Amino acid sequence: MAQDEKGAEYWRWTESRWTSPDVNWQDGEVVSAGVDVGSVSTQAVVMVDGKLYCFASMRTGSDSPESANNAMKWALDGTGLTLDGLHATVGTGYGRVNVPFATKAITEIACHARGGNFMYGPTVRTILDMGGQDCKAIHCDERGKVKAFLMNDKCAAGTGRGMEVFADLLGVHINDVGELSLKVEEEPPPVSSTCVVFAKSEASGLLREGWPKEKVLAAYCSAMAHRVVTLLERIGVEPEFAITGGIAKNPGVTTRLSKELGVELKTTDMDTQIAGAVGAALFARALYIKKLRKS
Amino acid sequence: MIANYGYKDGSGDFFISIDTDKCDGCGDCVEQCPAGVFEMVENEFDIEDDDELAAVKPDQSRKLKYACGPCKPAAGFEKAELPCVRACEPDAIDHSW
Repeated sequence: MAQDEKGAEYWRWTESRWTSPDVNWQDGEVVSAGVDVGSVSTQAVVMVDGKLYCFASMRTGSDSPESANNAMKWALDGTGLTLDGLHATVGTGYGRVNVPFATKAITEIACHARGGNFMYGPTVRTILDMGGQDCKAIHCDERGKVKAFLMNDKCAAGTGRGMEVFADLLGVHINDVGELSLKVEEEPPPVSSTCVVFAKSEASGLLREGWPKEKVLAAYCSAMAHRVVTLLERIGVEPEFAITGGIAKNPGVTTRLSKELGVELKTTDMDTQIAGAVGAALFARALYIKKLRKS
Repeated sequence: MIANYGYKDGSGDFFISIDTDKCDGCGDCVEQCPAGVFEMVENEFDIEDDDELAAVKPDQSRKLKYACGPCKPAAGFEKAELPCVRACEPDAIDHSW
């Protein structure tokens, strides 16, 4: 693997954790958690009475249960809260059935709609989740309930994994790929193939022809944006429109996507990667309350 | 809710859509589909709803082009006569291709 001067591998995106300064779990009635074990990243989120309390976002290892445990351990780090203090936990994502401490597993589509509704507000109607290895387009109502969805998990084109491959090929850190791709004077034609493997060999050819890095990245980012637009055509785009997942942090793709769709993107000050886990934590809370009502 | 199962690749769009508001959970599609594409699942989209819904099996959704191939026009079927579409009384199933 290629490395930059600090010794970091180019594809390695930044892991993060956060605790809310305004929320205290000791005062909460319902402490719920959501764990999203994705193909590339795992997020653990804890919510207190429906308010975001803390989260951790890290890479998924080869062992799903261990990834879920690690992410939750990191999220709870320094909070004094333990697994026993969680009233209900919902697992979601590819590895949702492998979350050892989860009360229930719920599909990531439902969780992303609910999480997107929380993060971008009730006016959001179309949520596009550009994840590590798949892409989901979701329509939802003002309560975050799914009205229609479409998921493409057959191929990695248009996903974070593809971007990781390009970051490594070009020796540009993944966090800088988007910004750099926007530094072209003129937009190059998109690479003709969106398949990651073919696009990589096409890009190698372009580099040999003397294309600068930013131009190659621009060609790849716009190919990725275009591919997702054709996917969105099937269910249509209703404003307001928001993107979740890791690619939402890549302005090279999001700027081109919003330009091609002619739709403005909603923004959030929260980490876009946690949407699925936030939705799972909200479901966990709803399930816990439902159980209380029944008993 | 319109649930679209399937994929898009270089050769086209292959999606089966199920209108979950119309689906009455009878399970006839599961019985009728010769390729075993469908299954009945818990409604994970609405936790207040305890009824089951028809869905495309996850492992089938990535190969629909081939799984559904034997029932397609090239094999002598009209789209409206697909076994799953015909089996579905409330008309909840549609194919994109």
